[in-house]
Amino acid sequence: MISADLTVVLPEIALAVYAMLALIVAVYTYKDATASLLVLITAGLMVTLGAWIMVHGEGTNVAFGGMIVEDGFARFAKVTILFSAAAILVMSEGYMRSRDLLRFEYPLLVALAAVGMMVMVSAGDLMALYMGLELQSLALYVVASLRRDSVKSTEAGLKYFVLGALSSGLLLYGASLVYGYAGTTLFSGIIETAQHGDVSLGLLFGLVFLIAGMGFKVSAVPFHMWTPDVYEGAPTPITAFFATAPKVAAMGLFARVLHDAFGNAVSDWSQIVALLSVCSMFLGAVAAIGQTNIKRLMAFSSIAHMGYALMGLAAGTVLGVQAMLIYMAIYVTMNVGTFAFILMMERDGQPVTDIRALNMYSKKEPGKALAMLVLLFSLAGVPPMLGFFGKFYVLRAAYEGGLAWLAIAGVVASVIGAYYYLRIVFFMYFGDESEEGIDQGGSPVLWGFLMASAAIMVLGIANMFGVEAAAAAAAATLVN
Amino acid sequence: MDNLLSIVTFVPALAALILAVFLRGDDEAANRNAKWVAMFATSATFLVSLFILSGFNPQDTGFQFVEEREWLLGLQYKMGVDGISVLFVMLTTFMMPLVIAASWNVTDRVKEYMIAFLMLETLMLGVFMALDLVLFYLFFEAGLIPMFLIIGIWGGANRIYASFKFFLYTFLGSVLMLVAMVGMFADAGTTDIELLLRHEFAYADFSILGIQIVGGMQTLLFLAFFASFAVKMPMWPVHTWLPDAHVQAPTAGSVVLAAILLKMGGYGFLRFSLPMFPVGAEVLTPLVLWMSAIAIVYTSLVALVQEDMKKLIAYSSVAHMGFVTMGIFAANQQGVDGAIFQMISHGFISGALFLCVGVIYDRMHTRDIDAYGGLVNRMPAYALIFMLFTMANVGLPGTSGFVGEFLTLMAVFQVNTWVAAVATTGVIFSAAYALWLYRRVVMGDLIKESLRSISDMTRREKWIFAPLVTMTLLLGVYPALVLDITGPAVAALVANYDTALAAAEAASQIASN
Repeated sequence: MISADLTVVLPEIALAVYAMLALIVAVYTYKDATASLLVLITAGLMVTLGAWIMVHGEGTNVAFGGMIVEDGFARFAKVTILFSAAAILVMSEGYMRSRDLLRFEYPLLVALAAVGMMVMVSAGDLMALYMGLELQSLALYVVASLRRDSVKSTEAGLKYFVLGALSSGLLLYGASLVYGYAGTTLFSGIIETAQHGDVSLGLLFGLVFLIAGMGFKVSAVPFHMWTPDVYEGAPTPITAFFATAPKVAAMGLFARVLHDAFGNAVSDWSQIVALLSVCSMFLGAVAAIGQTNIKRLMAFSSIAHMGYALMGLAAGTVLGVQAMLIYMAIYVTMNVGTFAFILMMERDGQPVTDIRALNMYSKKEPGKALAMLVLLFSLAGVPPMLGFFGKFYVLRAAYEGGLAWLAIAGVVASVIGAYYYLRIVFFMYFGDESEEGIDQGGSPVLWGFLMASAAIMVLGIANMFGVEAAAAAAAATLVN
Repeated sequence: MDNLLSIVTFVPALAALILAVFLRGDDEAANRNAKWVAMFATSATFLVSLFILSGFNPQDTGFQFVEEREWLLGLQYKMGVDGISVLFVMLTTFMMPLVIAASWNVTDRVKEYMIAFLMLETLMLGVFMALDLVLFYLFFEAGLIPMFLIIGIWGGANRIYASFKFFLYTFLGSVLMLVAMVGMFADAGTTDIELLLRHEFAYADFSILGIQIVGGMQTLLFLAFFASFAVKMPMWPVHTWLPDAHVQAPTAGSVVLAAILLKMGGYGFLRFSLPMFPVGAEVLTPLVLWMSAIAIVYTSLVALVQEDMKKLIAYSSVAHMGFVTMGIFAANQQGVDGAIFQMISHGFISGALFLCVGVIYDRMHTRDIDAYGGLVNRMPAYALIFMLFTMANVGLPGTSGFVGEFLTLMAVFQVNTWVAAVATTGVIFSAAYALWLYRRVVMGDLIKESLRSISDMTRREKWIFAPLVTMTLLLGVYPALVLDITGPAVAALVANYDTALAAAEAASQIASN
């Protein structure tokens, strides 16, 4: 039996074993000199595993007595996580090396975080959930403070750690309540107990604490306070990583707990999620208006985007989960491109994060400026970019889930949010050339990611590269 | 030619792509090439679009040249034209070569300028042809992006404010329409406009938060669409973005804005609001009619006191659009015919007026009315053309401006006499501001030192005006050119509207018994 169980988690095991072996090898050989190579190997392994999961995954496989559930939903999330993490790793290599940050632990920590995320999205039990979550979080705390001699970076790491520990505590407290009232930590057991209209108060409390803990991980308002500071303080490639793969994992976890464990009590959590969603959308839209630091701006942008993804979840339907998955896939693609651009923003080799430095960028580099224009309009959800379709899906899910007010709130927030994306366009296209700009050129790798991401935003409207059907199949396995 | 409409729509986009990818450099030759490519593409689009007009059968009230393909999420890529939309398509393809020709003097970032206008043409054509709700929304909203850039990059001194106001104002209006579209999708299970036109949306009264909604879901959907189209139109009191956008936009941008973009609102009313939500429209008709009447009088008065020529013409546009909404919501044959006619004719006239301002702006670089006077002494040809379009703007019989105003006024007189009476005073005001503008700019002695050496219109400028003059006079003396095409489709629309209202009336009678 154990071999059958192990086959289910083979990708996780492969990545974890690789990370540990590579750690040993690097420590006993050339240490940081191996880092560049390790980045490439790790990224390659992630892409391979992602492709393998995509091709070979079939049906719903349960392992370890229900602790791990590997179904279509998990596979969709895992593929998104692995591909985006690999993309960010490749993108970060040049930046980290030129700033002497490229330690060999970095790719391996990212790999371990990815293992944690993969466990998160396929957790079928509260303990497995917590294990995955902690494995991911611990790795992230370390990479956040990777730049040890920088006050901001260590502050970011510490802040993330303290608040993360608090949220883990909330989550654990919720888990213990759920265990106490349901008598089991298995989702399949909890769902039997938590029937609609018949949820005991203790179980409800447990659910609320779980949602609070997970809300922290997706940085939904009011659990978002850490996001801008951590995004600003961490080195830019780490920020890019925070904005992509962990968000997908946390959203996947969110969906799994709500549907697998509490799927029979949709009306009990739907309002809570709707509230988180509407708060996130508005705060993300309003708070970013005053930002001039592009990393903080992207932090608020990601808070707003999580609000839209939660809108899909709040619907509590198959369509809602599908919309959420599509939204996350599009969001990750946009963010990879946007951060590729942010990584290229430097002046005399020093990173620049002030958006005013983009003055008249379109004259110097029309191609890159145009790609960024596409991405910004896509982030704002303006048609015909793909970002609009992400919004359209969640709006439809919310409307059909009986949350028309949430859909209206969402579109109003998107108009407010459009302002700060337009402001970057304004600097790039309408500004004057008097102020000091940023360097031209930049690494071809980053350029490639930027262009590819922008191209996907435009060309994807033809058929979304089949993601729609995949997400529909994935959502169907989660919600029954 | 099964995909004639797609060809017409995407030829400009293809040209934009070619410019973006293949044209390098920023020198004189590259700029000239960009202009010629744009000119060639827009002219070719116009010529191909003539096939649509020649192949169009006005007696057929359904959609013609229909193309249909599967798309995402149960949406379709579906295009087609009927008697209501085909003339807007023609207006767009007709105006664009003139717009490009009027931009021949642009020197700053010519390539990007041409790309923006070519993309804009594709998106505008898509709006008039789309037969799928979401496809329509896609084109409708995407048009904001190039226009935002056109105002923001090539605009006047206060262009940043104007471009942001333009974008956010219209975006806010449109997103409510998006929610309504999602609601229609959920209700009817399709986004195909052809099917939605036959779908009956619920109109039973219900209450939200204690407020009774007469006309039920139809009223709510109508209001959501109204929010979008009223801003786009623009109707009083949500017209304030238009004067800013017009004043700051470059001449060509103003022309496109006035001649085509404003028509999207009117087209939307005819395509969605009236036929799809007849009960909702009926409930709100008095409100819309009075808003139109107020718009006509109020913006005409505002136009009287303007110091800036473009702003004056912008306010006059709002007033003329008031006639359009009035005609549409009179919901009878003359009204809708007149509204379409007014929109087409306003496309030529306001476009020409903005070009007239552009002609002297290019020479003096100011739009202040006070800076001019006595131009007739140095610019006789210009004075003649400007006079023609001033008269057309006033609605002089013999020009196309008269037909639309007369039809809409006659239509609304049958529906609501008071509104007609108020709106008719607007005709007098429009004569006042237009003639006064003409007197201050063109007539009198040439006393301003700076104007002593101003030159008359060049051959290129005259050629730009020639087609506009022709169309204005031709439609003025022979309006059947337009009305023969729109007539049957409008008759069908009005008949359906009346039938739907009668059915709703009968249903409520049965319910109350």
